[in-house]
Amino acid sequence: MSKISTRTAYGEALAEIGANEDIYVLDADLQCCTRTEKFGALYPERSRNVGIAEANMVGIAAGLAACKKTVFVNSFAMFTAGRAFEQIRNTLAYPHLNVKVIGTHAGVTVGKDGATHQCLEDLAIMRSIPGMVVLSPCDANETRLMTKAMAEYEGPCFMRLGRLDVEECTNFLPDYRFEWGRAAKLYDGADVTIIATGLMVQEALEARKILAAEGIDAAVLDMHTIKPLDSEAVIEAAKKTGCLVTAEEANILGGLGGAVAEVVSENCPVPVVRVGIRDIFGRSGDPYALMERYELTAKDIAAAARRAKGMKR
Amino acid sequence: MMKKEQAAQLKWTGAKARRSALEMVYRATSGHLGGSFSICELLATLYFDRMKIDPTAPKDPNRDRFVLSKGHCTPALYSILAMRGYFPEEELGRFRDIDSFLSGHAEMKHVPGVDMSTGSLGQGLSVSVGMALAGKMDRKDYRVYVILGDGEIQEGQIWEAAMAAGNYGLDNLCVIVDNNNIQIDGTIEEIMSPYPIDAKFEAFGFHVTRCDGHDIMSIDAALTEAEETKGRPTVVIAKTVKGKGVSFMENSNEWHGNDPNKEQYEQAAAELDRAVEEAGKEAESHE
Repeated sequence: MSKISTRTAYGEALAEIGANEDIYVLDADLQCCTRTEKFGALYPERSRNVGIAEANMVGIAAGLAACKKTVFVNSFAMFTAGRAFEQIRNTLAYPHLNVKVIGTHAGVTVGKDGATHQCLEDLAIMRSIPGMVVLSPCDANETRLMTKAMAEYEGPCFMRLGRLDVEECTNFLPDYRFEWGRAAKLYDGADVTIIATGLMVQEALEARKILAAEGIDAAVLDMHTIKPLDSEAVIEAAKKTGCLVTAEEANILGGLGGAVAEVVSENCPVPVVRVGIRDIFGRSGDPYALMERYELTAKDIAAAARRAKGMKR
Repeated sequence: MMKKEQAAQLKWTGAKARRSALEMVYRATSGHLGGSFSICELLATLYFDRMKIDPTAPKDPNRDRFVLSKGHCTPALYSILAMRGYFPEEELGRFRDIDSFLSGHAEMKHVPGVDMSTGSLGQGLSVSVGMALAGKMDRKDYRVYVILGDGEIQEGQIWEAAMAAGNYGLDNLCVIVDNNNIQIDGTIEEIMSPYPIDAKFEAFGFHVTRCDGHDIMSIDAALTEAEETKGRPTVVIAKTVKGKGVSFMENSNEWHGNDPNKEQYEQAAAELDRAVEEAGKEAESHE
């Protein structure tokens, strides 16, 4: 299996759908990193680099969208979801404009750039905006499918992408099917369900193998859409396996773990153990070393699964 | 140049909008009068003369656009929109009510004629740049007008947007600064002076012109100059009076966002009624 970052797959998909003349792409001086260069080279008249001014970029996108364009705004998650939060909230989401906010370089796997660039809060803050769709694909295949689906959807979206090259997995799973707003059921299981998002899906698949060797049968749910959350799939999993583990490369407060816990506690209370960054800032380091440090590996998910299983009544 | 009789009509329209704004805020017991009163003539000139718009087709892709970046001044904007025929004037009597579509700050989803939701200061210029950019890319000849507060330009995003407008040479964009010199906490000089406003915009690539924001002929001349300026955006620095038209509200930050009590309302209404009557007489003398 080859490795490719979700940001790279996004850039490719954007170029593929670029023939659609309604699509406009804005960057804030990080075209090289957000991988929108391909689109820019093919369609320079519909691509603008507004300079290092993310708030302004979001405002310009709103103006374009008010003139019926489908606009993609791009920067690191820290600077779209983070810096431009209020612009996204008031000037994109409140008027429900058709703008796709892309946040690349999310999570600690940004690596050596360190804490200032490792956005851990994006899922929680974007999810708290009414009407906002929040997406977090796990691999290249899913990112491509999601990018195309997002362009078809009319309304504001946030999509979280990573810097790190990650294994392609969904295109090798025979049962994988991407459906807008529905979780992808990757594996069935009887003892515990691991609900993962982003690159933690790959870790969840590894965790499943670890658990299988111990006789624990884990289901894996790829929750590529954090909002609107596929609560039906969550409730079904809670009922079926009686306990859940969530796994995200984000702060455990308010992101996927929070969203799942909200649904479960109101509908079908079962143990939920969250794997994620435990409410601390990241640091510089090798991405894989950081995943170890912050307990985001398959091993950590397996441990959480054992704990969740042990808490079952 | 605009004819005197036309200017007199627009002045009358502005006076009526001011009177209507007072009514809205008094009834709602909340809203922003000072900054509404400073832009009544500007809005009257834009909506009743300058802009290519059709109230029966508020979403026409070829229409001129207007963004009220100082989005709290809805009493003036909504009055003008209603008078122009975008929605029934009776609705103004429900301003800020829970089931009215006339929310406190400008809102594009539910108010016919509003081109962009605003209210959080500093964002309207960026949006206007996007609209002007779309016009250029689509080779449409519509123009985009945006009114900024002079306090509002303390927001850094204004200058990000100004830089973009200058760089893109958006001559279809006309920025109007409502230079009433007052923000909620005091004069703009006391708080954080944005002066010199002209030199700043000039440095960002704008053509700069000025007008008396309460003089229709002066506003019209500035807007014409903006329209004739090619290759770069224009900023019109409109000298205005906050609370214009009501003696005790003029040039006072007290009246940024306070609503009048009964006594104050009655005095203000009497002054504004008189202004409407005088403007009406003047307009009719030309007929």
